[in-house]
Amino acid sequence: MDRKPQPLRETHVLLGHGSGGKMSAELVQSVFLPAFANPTPAALNDQAVITLEGARLAFTTDSFVVSPPFFPGGDIGHLAVNGTVNDLVMGGARPCCLSASFIIEEGFPVADLRRVVQSMAAAAEEAGVQIVTGDTKVVERGAADGLYITTAGVGVIPAGRELGPDRVRPGDVILCSGSIGDHGVAVMALRSGLDFGVPIESDTAALGSLVEAMLAAGGAAIHAMRDPTRGGVAASLNEWAQAAGVQILLEEAAVPVREEVRAVCELLGLDPLNVANEGKLLAAVAPEAADAVLSAMRAHPLGRQAAAVGEVRAGNAGTVFIRTQVGGTRPVEYPSGEQLPRIC
Amino acid sequence: MQYLDEFRRSDYAQRLAAAIRDEAAKLDRPVRLMELCGGHTHAIYKYAVDAFLPENVRLIHGPGCPVCVTPRGRVAHAIELARQPGVILASFGDMLRVPGEKGSLLKARAQGADVRMVYSPLDALKIARENPDRRVVFFAIGFETTAPAHAMAVLRAEREGIRNFYLLTSLVTMPPAIRAILDSQELALDGFIGPGHACSISGTIPYEFVAEEYHRPVVVSGFEPLDLLQSVLMVLRQLVRGEARVEIQYKRLVRPEGNPLALARVAQVFEPKTVEWRGLGVLPDSGLQLRPAFAHMDADLAFPEAVPRHLEDPKACECGSILRGAKAPWECRIFGTACTPENPIGACMVSPEGACAAYYKYGSRLQEGAI
Repeated sequence: MDRKPQPLRETHVLLGHGSGGKMSAELVQSVFLPAFANPTPAALNDQAVITLEGARLAFTTDSFVVSPPFFPGGDIGHLAVNGTVNDLVMGGARPCCLSASFIIEEGFPVADLRRVVQSMAAAAEEAGVQIVTGDTKVVERGAADGLYITTAGVGVIPAGRELGPDRVRPGDVILCSGSIGDHGVAVMALRSGLDFGVPIESDTAALGSLVEAMLAAGGAAIHAMRDPTRGGVAASLNEWAQAAGVQILLEEAAVPVREEVRAVCELLGLDPLNVANEGKLLAAVAPEAADAVLSAMRAHPLGRQAAAVGEVRAGNAGTVFIRTQVGGTRPVEYPSGEQLPRIC
Repeated sequence: MQYLDEFRRSDYAQRLAAAIRDEAAKLDRPVRLMELCGGHTHAIYKYAVDAFLPENVRLIHGPGCPVCVTPRGRVAHAIELARQPGVILASFGDMLRVPGEKGSLLKARAQGADVRMVYSPLDALKIARENPDRRVVFFAIGFETTAPAHAMAVLRAEREGIRNFYLLTSLVTMPPAIRAILDSQELALDGFIGPGHACSISGTIPYEFVAEEYHRPVVVSGFEPLDLLQSVLMVLRQLVRGEARVEIQYKRLVRPEGNPLALARVAQVFEPKTVEWRGLGVLPDSGLQLRPAFAHMDADLAFPEAVPRHLEDPKACECGSILRGAKAPWECRIFGTACTPENPIGACMVSPEGACAAYYKYGSRLQEGAI
């Protein structure tokens, strides 16, 4: 059965086209890639790697439209800095500087804008990057919903660092830096007005220092890293499986999911594997280095709950499976078009 | 997680599987059981429950997905209402993705209609309260499980004097569908896994006829893998003993008399109606419509400009046969090729409770011998 993205049939853009799943891939491949054809974006990683006068630079951009702009554990500003920083560091880059552009709806409270911007400044300081340029546009009331932020970032990839989905090999161990689904569920729970007694906080965090600690422990044995944002762990691992022509097998019992997140997912009919994260990473690591990298992760504040959650196999290329708690095995499908818009 | 992990334990699953094998061996013939609820269909694929069953026991998916059984003409009607000036049309997320005649409610929204996704009819009532100058239509679908929530929304609208709230009903009840499936004799069924959540409202008395008139066992089941395995075992034990009774496996939620308070509210607001089901056709008294006292909230009466009609399913689509249990998803020629979750042609590919969507998401690669 052909499960590759199909040519776009819709005449109008649907919300699902922004889901980070199969519909997004269809939109990108049928509208954007043909127009912007060049070798760099064809890899479709989170960051483009360009060589300029001998230096390898990572370059990325991301837009943030999360609704509401303030949520437990973070806000749109924090997300806008960390999201772009994380896209850079997943390629092994050391982030240097960011740009920040604001589209603001007429009537947006200046106090809220200040709060967002201060949060961005704090996040940038924590991540060790500077916001060096930007732009501001204001649109009529109703033409946008409050505030949208676009950030772009540049980082330098030190010599010798080679990370990428195509480097994932059979035998690799899949490591996950902590509990999954926290961000998406925090925003969803807030938006649907669900009160579970315990506040569920977003995990938004800049992952640069965790990545450096991992690379110090594992070096070239770390084959790929990815922060599973939209589309969640399911989308990231399916992309790896397809890019590397391998099969990935997860152990459900090993995947860290917080109790309250599981409870919300059960209630709303979501699979934590499909839910967005903003401060977690997945790594594919050669088996001989997996223990050392896992120890390094657990010694870092952002990786205390890190776990080995699965393995890479040679058979049936391009597929992801999970051994369920009850003992069956089922496929983990590439998410199609989730009904969870504006989560980041 | 408490109350969930206990029902997913692999050691218990293995023991139930062994007991099922023993009972099935005593029968020494193929056994076909239909699970009536879409929630069961989803859980069966999600947890690979089939994998615990011996070869001679087969689960057949029934008509229990509310989104799936809503006929195509009704979807087209909802889209027509959504396009009326001043209308806000609200429904559950999956219903918005089902294709009508030309596209879905979501596509109508992309083209300018005001279509909103809600989790509950009470959310739609809130939209009506906040938009007094608009007409808010809630596309009300579902089985016995959702009927009380719809009744509450109607009663609350009445109490608050909200005059801009309407229901476009496509509400159905399970027992007439079971009778239709048994009467059609299209497939030989040995027993039923009864719908746990629908029975938590209706009780099990409306299912007694299956045992009394048709001599088939019914076991009303919960939705966790161990619930389903235990229910299969209970049906097999009845078959081995030559019995046909209605039993409740889902005792933590279901009482034989159901939920009297909820049933009273439903009876206050709705009355039986002869309605069309996708796949099963027109079944007498198988649906619910608003009683005359609430007729002013009935979108069928309040919007004479939108005309209800009947639409056949697209020719290639096998949703009808799949909803009757006559065909499996993979026996449909367009399954996974022309019809996918991104571009569904039939409703069974839309809802996670639909057999095709569940099979596409969880099952199809197992069929291909993938691991």
